[in-house]
Amino acid sequence: MSWLEKILPSITSVAKKNIPEGLWEKCLKCEATLYAEELKTLNYVCPKCDYHMRISARIRLDGFLDEDGQTEIAPDLTAVDPLKFKDQKKYKERIYLAQKNTDEKDALVVKSGTLHGMGVVVAAFEFKFMGGSMGSVVGEKFVRAAQLSMETGAPLICFSASGGARMQEGLFSLMQMSKTALILKLLSDKKIPFISILTDPTMGGVSASFAMLGDIHIAEPNALIGFAGPRVVEQTVREELPEGFQRSEFLLEKGAIDMIVHRRDLRSKVHQLLQALCHSQKNG
Amino acid sequence: MNLNYLNFEQPIAELESKIQALKSIEDKADITQELQALTNKSNLLTKKIFASLSDWQIAQLARHPNRLYTLDYIDSVFDEFIELHGDRAYADDPAIIGGIAKLDGTSIMFIGQQKGRTTQEKIKHNFGMPKPEGYRKALRLMKMAEKFSMPIVTFIDTPGAYPGIGAEERGQSEAIARNLFEMSTLATPIISVVIGEGGSGGALAIGVADKMMMFKYSIYSVISPEGCASILYQDAAKANIAAESLKLTSTHLKNKGLIDVIINEPLGGIHRNPDQAKVLLKKALKQQLQEVTATNINQLVQQRADKLLSFGQFQD
Repeated sequence: MSWLEKILPSITSVAKKNIPEGLWEKCLKCEATLYAEELKTLNYVCPKCDYHMRISARIRLDGFLDEDGQTEIAPDLTAVDPLKFKDQKKYKERIYLAQKNTDEKDALVVKSGTLHGMGVVVAAFEFKFMGGSMGSVVGEKFVRAAQLSMETGAPLICFSASGGARMQEGLFSLMQMSKTALILKLLSDKKIPFISILTDPTMGGVSASFAMLGDIHIAEPNALIGFAGPRVVEQTVREELPEGFQRSEFLLEKGAIDMIVHRRDLRSKVHQLLQALCHSQKNG
Repeated sequence: MNLNYLNFEQPIAELESKIQALKSIEDKADITQELQALTNKSNLLTKKIFASLSDWQIAQLARHPNRLYTLDYIDSVFDEFIELHGDRAYADDPAIIGGIAKLDGTSIMFIGQQKGRTTQEKIKHNFGMPKPEGYRKALRLMKMAEKFSMPIVTFIDTPGAYPGIGAEERGQSEAIARNLFEMSTLATPIISVVIGEGGSGGALAIGVADKMMMFKYSIYSVISPEGCASILYQDAAKANIAAESLKLTSTHLKNKGLIDVIINEPLGGIHRNPDQAKVLLKKALKQQLQEVTATNINQLVQQRADKLLSFGQFQD
């Protein structure tokens, strides 16, 4: 069991404990008991403390895109086990369990659709799928998303939530970093915008490739974003980490991101940005 | 026990110390035969041990304390090396050495990670773990190489990008990502060699290449065996098991099509015959340089892109 999977069930079990099935949910930060239906309309942001809960790729995409005209891209891409990876549990078994738990084929879901009527291609990570780790499928899906952007001229948007590269695919995973960086270079050469939206958490190989290559970097409040995990940094430097280290607000101060945007405002803010960036297409 | 030898090298170490002892005898007349016999025996034993190395043993060779580091190669492999410093924004990072050099009469841009041998050197070069300014220096030099049509040669030897507070503050992720982005279509040939340890994104950030080479007993991995073991088994001491899983050796990676060329090592590894290793590296570099410079640059960049896009295995 990876550390991510170890963390995950405990989080869900905390949320579900002592709460009648489906009706109420508990905020992980301020522990307020919240009415599930209301929470849904608030995009899973706690109304008491503004905590942005981690949400699934489907909820993310449904909440971001216009309701009509959504098409999923490469929905059937599935992982293989290129290294016959030796572990206490087989990689294929881990994939199977993750698929069962999340109802997704892998850790990235890509859709084309519209945002306030404007054509866009949007990718979103499913963090519950092996910690949103990037293997061959995630890399390839991201490439296909960017290729569709290049074919149609529709801007590309990605919501990242990932622990990094997927070690069960070894160097194949590492190569997804250069593969996705290349496709963004080609997209950039065509002057098609890429907006990277960093959500909690965006670390390692995902952070050190496409997530940090946006024309615009937007982070949700208080998201953990960085290269090395805070525990690794702490063990390396053997000193206490500064307050708010690797959080969105810290990154804004250090100049790594353009802005922090509340989840309820993401649709309008991204639309506004894209309209400004794509002005020439509209005029000519 | 000889500390300059790894555990599995100890039988060789014993023979070698006998040979050294014999060599120090002044009157060589009577011992020539014995010396020859012992040398033959040592070579045979080395061949036998090295014929069936485990992946974990190879990982240990890749990090052998006597293995050559970047600075050990520069003078013999290149001519007229002129070091260039700094990222023009924050600092000079000694974990990455950069500069202009000549290889076989051609001006090239050299970039290499340096680990350091003595304690003092290790601290100076931060154990070969670059900070963002190191990657930004590398990128500055690579852009210069593109501008002046110089092929780029990079040597990879790092445990990984430095996971420190300052490195995070100055955007380690962005620095690595930016290099991948720019190198992917850089209009000049890029040749990379893993000379020891290829540690994840920290290695890849100077390793997006037209020709990806590895010394035979070097390693290249998405995560260190220790890191992998501590995640999978909650025990870094199980690194030997993780090393087998990760398929991090040159032979595995060549079989998977993830690298282009394996450079042979002297019998017993680079540390047993450094001079021969330098010759082998120079020869391999010259050959690859001829190949990449003979290719039209647009075609080369297209091939690089096609190769990057082909990486990955999945079911469609």
